[in-house]
Amino acid sequence: MSIIVDKISYVYGAGSGYEKLALDGISFAIERGEFIGLIGHTGSGKSTLIQHLNGLIKADKGSIYYNGQDIYDKDYSLPKLRTKVGLVFQYPEYQLFEETVFKDVCYGPSNLGLSQKEIELRAFEALRLVGLPNELYYQSPFELSGGQKRRVAIASVLAMKPEVLILDEPTAGLDPKGRDDILDQIKKMHEETNMTIILVSHSMEDIAKYVSRILVMNKGKLMYDDSTRNIFTHYKELEEINLAAPQITYVMNELKKCGMPVDTAAMTVEEAKESILKALRK
Amino acid sequence: MLRDITLGQYYPANSILHKLDPRVKLAGTVIFIIALFAGRTPFVYLMATAFLISVIKLSKVPFKFIVRGLKTIVILLIITSMFNVFMTDGQVVFKIWKLKATKEGLILAFYMSIRLIYFIMGSSLMTFTTTPNNLTDGLEKALGFLKIIKVPVHEIAMMMSIALRFIPILVEETDKIMKAQMARGADFENGNLVKRVKSMVPLLVPLLISAVRRANDLANAMEARCYIGGKGRTKMKPLKYHSRDYIAYLILIIYLVAVYAGKNLI
Repeated sequence: MSIIVDKISYVYGAGSGYEKLALDGISFAIERGEFIGLIGHTGSGKSTLIQHLNGLIKADKGSIYYNGQDIYDKDYSLPKLRTKVGLVFQYPEYQLFEETVFKDVCYGPSNLGLSQKEIELRAFEALRLVGLPNELYYQSPFELSGGQKRRVAIASVLAMKPEVLILDEPTAGLDPKGRDDILDQIKKMHEETNMTIILVSHSMEDIAKYVSRILVMNKGKLMYDDSTRNIFTHYKELEEINLAAPQITYVMNELKKCGMPVDTAAMTVEEAKESILKALRK
Repeated sequence: MLRDITLGQYYPANSILHKLDPRVKLAGTVIFIIALFAGRTPFVYLMATAFLISVIKLSKVPFKFIVRGLKTIVILLIITSMFNVFMTDGQVVFKIWKLKATKEGLILAFYMSIRLIYFIMGSSLMTFTTTPNNLTDGLEKALGFLKIIKVPVHEIAMMMSIALRFIPILVEETDKIMKAQMARGADFENGNLVKRVKSMVPLLVPLLISAVRRANDLANAMEARCYIGGKGRTKMKPLKYHSRDYIAYLILIIYLVAVYAGKNLI
């Protein structure tokens, strides 16, 4: 068991007149090596929740355990937790500051007190893992394209060699190709390193193809926690909280309504094709 | 962490004071201060206390919020009181080393402190009940007469509202970048001075870049909407007086007259 979240609650802006219950009694557990999607409408508390997981925000109520240890224990080192649970924020390119891409990626590991050689080795490895072309390593990060900047920012967290990687909307503001590239790269990374990955998004379409389990948040509460396949059987309820299921789910449900014996749990176009062909052959 | 900073410290509530025209509230603050300094007689202070209590009650702002604003002047208050107590000539009450505390000094210090406290409470009540945008709108309108002597009132008000608008954005941005760098192992709290200053670089560089980028975006957006300054510019929600505003003005004038008329009664 890697991360256990036990009934955490958090109130934003306590005592300012703008109080808002951002998280309301959330519990779940994440196993090592899982690839999880965290989904919810804007303002549902996704970003607040993930900042709890590496201790940037402390819950008002409840506890979080990482590898069996309570992270709110007095002698538990939060900076150390942050190196184990890597968090890539939304629009991470805005946190770049160094003269070259390579130096920026070195910033993370250099905070860990490693030798210069180890730092550079890790930076190279991370940049390779995110698939950034070699010739860009010594350019200024500000001259890169949006997608490339994002890769650099992800690499800068990867270079810390986290055991868990959390990505907050890694595809926000990217074009469709940039989006697919990044997600494919993350998938590949998951297969290569067997890291635990939590992918935060508000688009079902984006993550359905990649993750095996989905947590659905709504108004600070955990609404569903199930395998990707099962989640989409709730597509009517998901619509009510402004989350659409992948288009293919709608097509398959309509076909079934018309009397075609197709599998409505199909998640990709490929699966749907197989299922429709099978139904036609019958 | 940084979210605790509130500038303009607007407190959202649905009260008659929140609904008043900002010009009335500006005038009210000025009148309250003038009346507070009308004289050093118990009557003036009693009137001010009654006025302040009723206005706070009307505003629906929790009392502890208003008291919190006083924390910043505690040191100023102590120092001025000290000077008043020990520097005023008169009947000696007690002595500490060579310093003589006088009865007159104690009374003076007491009145002085109350004046300062009321002053801060009164003016912070205005910022509690008025959004920064509303406040600058009110200022622009109220100081409009300065245009005659070529003071660019509109431009100053626009700069003020932009500055005020950007503070929460930059605070949020700082918070975000700080957290992002902390997630990369940055440490902003520990270490000696040199180390701590150095640790600010990963925070300040992205912040500066983002501030410039935002300013640029805003300038472009304003140009795209043909902004040319105050000349001929109309407002979507122009400030308009309602009957409650006239009533408020009337109450304020009555209050001011009453304080001046009755200041020597008690």
